[in-house]
Amino acid sequence: MSVDSQALQQPVEVKKESRRESAFSRIAKYSGGRIVSLFITVVIGVYLTILIANMGGYVDQIRKGQIRDNLYARLGNDQTYKQLPESEKKTYADALIELEEKRLGLDQPFILRSLRFLWDALSMNLGRAQFMSSDTGSRQVRLIITERLGTTLLLMGTANLFLFFSSILIALGLSRSYGSFLDRFFIALSPTSAMPAWFYGIFLILIFAAVLKILPFGGMIDSPPPKTTIGYALNVLKHLILPASSLFISSFFSSVYNWRTFFLIFSSEDYVEMAKAKGLTDQMVQRRYILRPTLPTIITSFSLLLIGMWTGAIITETVFTWPGLGQVTYQAIGFNDTAVIVGTTIIFAYLLALTVFLLDFFYALVDPRVKLGGSQQRS
Amino acid sequence: MRALRRSLAEIFRYPTAVVGLVMIALLVALSIYTMITIPYDEAITIWRGSEDTTYRNPRNAPPAWTNVFSEVKKPASMAISTADEDDERLQVTLGTSKEGNPDNTYLFTFDYNYDLFPQELAVYFTSTYQAKNPFVSMMWYRPDGSEVRISDFGIAQKYTYRFSQDDKLQRRMKGMDITKGLFADPESDPENPTVLKGTYVLELKTLAFEPDTEVVSELVMHGLVHGWAGTDNMRRDISLALLWGTPIALMFGLVAAVGTSVLTMVIAAVGVWYGGIIDALIQRITEINLILPFLSILIMIGTFYSKSIWTILGATIALSIFTGGIKTFRAIFMQVKESTYIEAAQTYGAKDLRIIFLYLIPRVIPMLIPGLVLSVPAFVFLEASLAVLGLGDPTLPTWGKLINDAGRAALYNGYYYWILEPAILLMITGIAFAMLGFSLDKIFNPRLRGE
Repeated sequence: MSVDSQALQQPVEVKKESRRESAFSRIAKYSGGRIVSLFITVVIGVYLTILIANMGGYVDQIRKGQIRDNLYARLGNDQTYKQLPESEKKTYADALIELEEKRLGLDQPFILRSLRFLWDALSMNLGRAQFMSSDTGSRQVRLIITERLGTTLLLMGTANLFLFFSSILIALGLSRSYGSFLDRFFIALSPTSAMPAWFYGIFLILIFAAVLKILPFGGMIDSPPPKTTIGYALNVLKHLILPASSLFISSFFSSVYNWRTFFLIFSSEDYVEMAKAKGLTDQMVQRRYILRPTLPTIITSFSLLLIGMWTGAIITETVFTWPGLGQVTYQAIGFNDTAVIVGTTIIFAYLLALTVFLLDFFYALVDPRVKLGGSQQRS
Repeated sequence: MRALRRSLAEIFRYPTAVVGLVMIALLVALSIYTMITIPYDEAITIWRGSEDTTYRNPRNAPPAWTNVFSEVKKPASMAISTADEDDERLQVTLGTSKEGNPDNTYLFTFDYNYDLFPQELAVYFTSTYQAKNPFVSMMWYRPDGSEVRISDFGIAQKYTYRFSQDDKLQRRMKGMDITKGLFADPESDPENPTVLKGTYVLELKTLAFEPDTEVVSELVMHGLVHGWAGTDNMRRDISLALLWGTPIALMFGLVAAVGTSVLTMVIAAVGVWYGGIIDALIQRITEINLILPFLSILIMIGTFYSKSIWTILGATIALSIFTGGIKTFRAIFMQVKESTYIEAAQTYGAKDLRIIFLYLIPRVIPMLIPGLVLSVPAFVFLEASLAVLGLGDPTLPTWGKLINDAGRAALYNGYYYWILEPAILLMITGIAFAMLGFSLDKIFNPRLRGE
């Protein structure tokens, strides 16, 4: 990961005058700039998604299906329509549909239509699902997707926070005891991260659910759920252990390995030697001379990990039937529900952009080049 | 180039690299063996799992070698056909009826020394006749000398007699399951019967009513274990998908890894060399691509357009080019671009493309190799992941599709072999490339050795 550390960094251009500005306004300026550029990126990204989906005419199908559904629902209460003979009913309905399609601009050239759809997508007006419905019974794609965001966040958050802090702490320890047995042990295990989380998930289910029968196969809550709040939380926790562990295991060893290598490189810098020579304690050296200067890289690297995990969770959630975004995607594939598939893609794009932005923001907080407005040459 | 060769020779000093290489070599050998012994078309036909190719296989049977680790010996599948006259288990007595039509007797003799009852027992008949169909009758002789009259009936041109579905026979079994009843020790508890081991004989008489009538009958016993890999719920032999999954996985992983790495490198080199708008454009595309949810788009392509492995492969490569890797390459090329030998090439008038492909890129190839090898497992698992989501190529037998077919049902019901076999092969592939890649990384990027 450390190799890719440049990937998310934007050149920080700070004018000379801004040196006198406060750190706060610089960070605000920087973040504002990032919001604008990320928003443009999201717009283009979503537009590309729409182009991909529309090449098969699927977006149009969603809209036409919607029109048809709405119209027939309305005609159900229409007295003139009910009194028409069977043969004329269809022509009557078709004429109305054509009119409605014209009104919504479905007879317009593709460029205009795709822009219209882009606007709908960006304003989260994702249309209606063809087959799926939300837990509350709504057909709105937006509701189907947003009600699952929390559960995905719970799983991803737990796994990622554990992963991030444990791997950095262990890596720091290992970088101090370079070449020890533990060090070599972690290096030897780093190829295990070649396997994705869902793969470990299968093994974990097999061991802990199928053979030992101590943890559930999947899902998020027992049926019926426990009545007390504490019981509910514990029950969710029990269901969370296996999926979170599989996400954790799949990245843990390579993460430790990369951090260890990274810290090793930094701890051989001259200023670290200097600090050691001054007689500072190991802890102090570590905090001030190794962690501080590497913090921006740590954060960018973490963001790359997060980005990978957002989308990687689709399959892990499916394997564990964890009712999150990933499972919605999986179900949408099963139903071939185009509106939902396009919708989840757009939501994922937003989530990724949000992740990138949040991490950029933290980056600005910890990177002295932004905070102090220093304009030294970047390597 | 010599430096490259020297670096490659250094591989043999790393035990992990050697182990990884050996594993990869074995996988490649297995792929070649598979492609030669089971031609592609044949594999596809068998994997479609029609009755003709799978009727001899049991359903959901674990591999035969599981018996070695078990106290309780499970029966293996068996088939005896009257078409195979050399079979020692078959005894044929050809005769003629009063009317001059064939009246044959076949004795199917076999040993049954297992601890559990078979899954199913059936006789498959194929016969030729004009108007009057032949008639068969069957008797069952057990090791203790007792006999059971099975049934007698007329057969159509294609007819399958399943012992377990015969209601009359069921009544004679006094409430016991037919397949169990045929093999049960009469002295054992009828509630919990044990197998009577020994030699069983099925006597089959075929009586024809036309002189030209021929009857071919095949006794098929579905055991509880099958082959070296077991079978799935559609009676298909899993070994086929395990074998054919190997070349497919390697092909997908290698093509995607090579395609992505090479294209990324070339595009980065072009961007750096020409600079300006081209470079800026590449940078912007990379940022957009970072926001695009990779897997979701692949899912969209798989659902809307085509699940063909080639489409997915192309889309994978296209989406993987503009990622973090392009920035890494860019940084490296930026340095290389300033080298004096590039300047020299420019002064003697080398064309842009010549500089890019003969001066810039060769310099960076050593840095490309470890990343390329390390990215293979990710692509192999990507193909499996899509298959697990139900987006695998519909015709191909792959490891991921085995896991998808098995699903959670296999875990609930204890058919662990069904998931474990493809999973272990995936793991071997992943670890082999990862081991080699990590070692190559140390060789080509000494800075990462952490010394």
